[in-house]
Amino acid sequence: MSSHIDRPAATRGGVLGWLQIHLPKIVLSPTLAITGVFVYGFIIWTTYLSFTKSRMFPVTKWEGISPHVKLWANPVWEKALENLAIFGILYIGIATVVGLILAVMLDQRIRQEGVIRTIYLYPMALSFIVTGTVWKWMLNPGLGLEKLMHDFGWASFKFDWIVNSDMAIYTVVIAGVWQSSGFVMAMFLAGLRAVDDEIIKAASIDGASQPIIYWKVIFPLMRPIFLSSFVVLSHLAIKSYDLVIALTGGGPGYSTALPATFMYSQTFTRNHIDIGSASAVMMLITVAAIMVPYLYSELKAQKGVRQ
Amino acid sequence: MASLQVNNVIKRFGDVEVLKGIDIDAQDGEFLVLVGPSGCGKSTLLNMIAGLDSITDGEVLIDGKVVNAVHPKDRDIAMVFQSYALYPNMTVEKNMAFGMEMRKIPKAERDKAVMSVAKLLQIEELLKRKPGQLSGGQRQRVAMGRALVRDPKIFLFDEPLSNLDAKLRVEMRTEIKKLHRRLGTTIVYVTHDQIEAMTLATRIAVMKDGILQQFATPQEIYDRPANVFVAGFMGSPPMNLIPAKIAKNGDGLSVEIATADERTLRLKLNGTGKGLSAHVGSDVLLGLRPEAITDLESSDSGGDIQEVECSVEVTEPTGPDMLAVLLLGGIEVVSRMRSSANVHMGEMTKFAVNMSKAVFFDTETEERI
Amino acid sequence: MSIQVGGQLSSTQKFWRFVLYTLLIVFAFVYMAPLYVMVVTSLKSLDEIRGGNLMMPPLDPTFDAWVKSWSYACVGVECTGINKYFFNSFKMAIPAVAISTFMGAVNGYVLTKWRFKGADIFFGLILFGCFIPFQIVLVPMATILGKLGLAQTTPGLVLVHVTYGLCFTTLFFRNYYQAFPDELIKAAKLDGAGFFRVFWRILLPNSLPIIVVTVIWQFTNVWNDFLFGASFASGDAAPMTVALNNVVNTSTSVKEYNVDMATAIYAALPTLLVYVLAGRYFVRGLMAGAVKG
Repeated sequence: MSSHIDRPAATRGGVLGWLQIHLPKIVLSPTLAITGVFVYGFIIWTTYLSFTKSRMFPVTKWEGISPHVKLWANPVWEKALENLAIFGILYIGIATVVGLILAVMLDQRIRQEGVIRTIYLYPMALSFIVTGTVWKWMLNPGLGLEKLMHDFGWASFKFDWIVNSDMAIYTVVIAGVWQSSGFVMAMFLAGLRAVDDEIIKAASIDGASQPIIYWKVIFPLMRPIFLSSFVVLSHLAIKSYDLVIALTGGGPGYSTALPATFMYSQTFTRNHIDIGSASAVMMLITVAAIMVPYLYSELKAQKGVRQ
Repeated sequence: MASLQVNNVIKRFGDVEVLKGIDIDAQDGEFLVLVGPSGCGKSTLLNMIAGLDSITDGEVLIDGKVVNAVHPKDRDIAMVFQSYALYPNMTVEKNMAFGMEMRKIPKAERDKAVMSVAKLLQIEELLKRKPGQLSGGQRQRVAMGRALVRDPKIFLFDEPLSNLDAKLRVEMRTEIKKLHRRLGTTIVYVTHDQIEAMTLATRIAVMKDGILQQFATPQEIYDRPANVFVAGFMGSPPMNLIPAKIAKNGDGLSVEIATADERTLRLKLNGTGKGLSAHVGSDVLLGLRPEAITDLESSDSGGDIQEVECSVEVTEPTGPDMLAVLLLGGIEVVSRMRSSANVHMGEMTKFAVNMSKAVFFDTETEERI
Repeated sequence: MSIQVGGQLSSTQKFWRFVLYTLLIVFAFVYMAPLYVMVVTSLKSLDEIRGGNLMMPPLDPTFDAWVKSWSYACVGVECTGINKYFFNSFKMAIPAVAISTFMGAVNGYVLTKWRFKGADIFFGLILFGCFIPFQIVLVPMATILGKLGLAQTTPGLVLVHVTYGLCFTTLFFRNYYQAFPDELIKAAKLDGAGFFRVFWRILLPNSLPIIVVTVIWQFTNVWNDFLFGASFASGDAAPMTVALNNVVNTSTSVKEYNVDMATAIYAALPTLLVYVLAGRYFVRGLMAGAVKG
């Protein structure tokens, strides 16, 4: 039968009875108030600011659409979007592939699997600021990886991406993948473990080889996990701020600017709260375009399971 | 101890009517079983008696008092759940005493009550354990113990045996029946298992789609099912339902069954014919329990026995007795007889049909005539 | 999952097992490298750093950089070390985690066991809050914190982290309680327990796993946060991540990589410790954060 719990018969009338009936809603109300004000209220507030003359301080004076026009005319914004595209595609793509490969390898009855899994996943416990700091040091052109290779006898080795404005964005990708691929691995590994053993037995009795079993039987079953990890990674990519700040500071120049860093510098250092707000609205729209359908389908699926 | 009345109770979830006007009354000390397929509303009805679901319309009375607005804890009832619902964080002892603790009964009194029930159910050695350390059967006992400790007016059981394996289920069934005889407390018991219903109940309420199909003693329900659904649901294998026609046969009536070769098989109706005269010439369903069709030697002596020759399609020996699928006229029917009956697959054999056990249903309304 | 036939491996199988383990170990080295570099660099003197390379182990290990980072490093203009900021992060994380976890538990309880009309819609609205880019709330939040007198304070950050952590804690507890048998709640109600008693006596004592998951998740998120810290408490109340970034970017005549790395280790240590001690729960939190219950 359905898991529905109906409200039980109330005993008392009066204040106590009223309390008994409404207690659940009363208990929930602080959260509803907080969400209402601090999430939805603030979204409306920031959206409003993006149509005002706010510069150093938020003001209510209406400006109209011009902050948005200025936003889209801004070359740094354009660069930030381009970087987001490069970073997003490579970061999601590589992290997914690496995570999947690691998961499949770990799924082969490996000795010491626990230890290896722990090693792959620990970067996820670190702050992006720590990650950025470490990789900044490792990619240091003078003393980092380059010097290491020279010491190994590879004299012509050159690796200056972090200070090269054409290449710096790829260093963000490297550090990002290092941090997040373990998470993808963990998701896929859990998915692989959840696949019904009998399906795999049936496939191997049908004569399918291991790679074919993975490719034709197991991966298709893991579609929901591909989707979840895509959603989580793209959400992380769009919000990416800390990593860039710690690794490149958005530079050289503004060559590694991302929407998140653009928003921050417009708002807090360039005294353009209007344009900053306009960019924040764009970020919200992008995230919402991915998250809302996903959450909707997840919640609907859960509901379906319940009944 | 108390009586229970359910008067025209209706339950709606949104626009969906789950219970469509149920009337049941159980006397003091009665063992009432609610039975039906899943989704028939029996568990909802039980929850409403417990006060866990609100009543959309109608009344529930315990001991003659309307309890619609009485909180579950004040109804003086106890419930045994399908999953046992033992609190995993508490020991068996604490589980059993929790209800009394909530009612602020002193510790000494609680301990005494728990000990005496534990003794009754022979679970004294389990008292310090947690539910996770118990087997299914032990949990079941503890769940009953928790209900017993409360010494309520009415016990409610929500499919309490369905999570046990077959052997344990039969044991616990007997145990519950013994307990009822000993305590004499009114019990309302929900199950989808018709054998449980038959063996335990003093009266059975058969439900389907939120409607009460029949409310009667087990024997009455078995012998004279109110409609085609009850006939099919109660009893295993179910009652044979044979399309037939009522015809005039001299002074009396007979029932005619079409055969494959377009002849008709005619069975005389002697005592059972009463009330059927209005249906002469119309189609009916003839209902015969499998044990009303037997080999000639094991036929009931007292009844209105008529001999019919049938071909035996399949025989299924079950050990204590034998089931045989026969062609009675053109229709496959199941018969039950002693296991030594001289019946063989593929042969034409004479069978005894006990027409005094026959019942008839209207083809249109599916109600018993 | 792979199906092994018989006990003995054939020689081709042995070869592939060898390749497999080699790959796994190579990957393990790659993942460990930054941590290794971080530790060895922090144990070297500046001269040794300039003279050697990344991978070289410290010839003359010294904790000077650790001491300097803790007590003397310059965070912006002030050179009193990062100890204050390290404790700032704890002062921020502990109340933020406790409050948001408790509220999440209550919310999850109401949303699953005392369902009312529209509960699903409320939950959806709360849930969306987990995923907004926080840039959208920065300016209003700064304004409100200013009005409340909480700008540049730890309590201000606690408020922010509770606010935006609530949706995750609610999500975790809701999904956990969804699987918690309703019959237990019914039994408790029949036993006479009311709204709060059911929660305290029945639900909470059986919630330890999800409490651990939630606490770890929240602690990791709050500790590792940079955006809110940098936006609302960049001064004396700054959390450790902001201090780390400041140490690294404070321009001194000599770039002290060893001190930077030691500071990074301080910043990483608490969450890393949690991960090593309770990795299983950490992973479960990650999974739950992807909405999958």
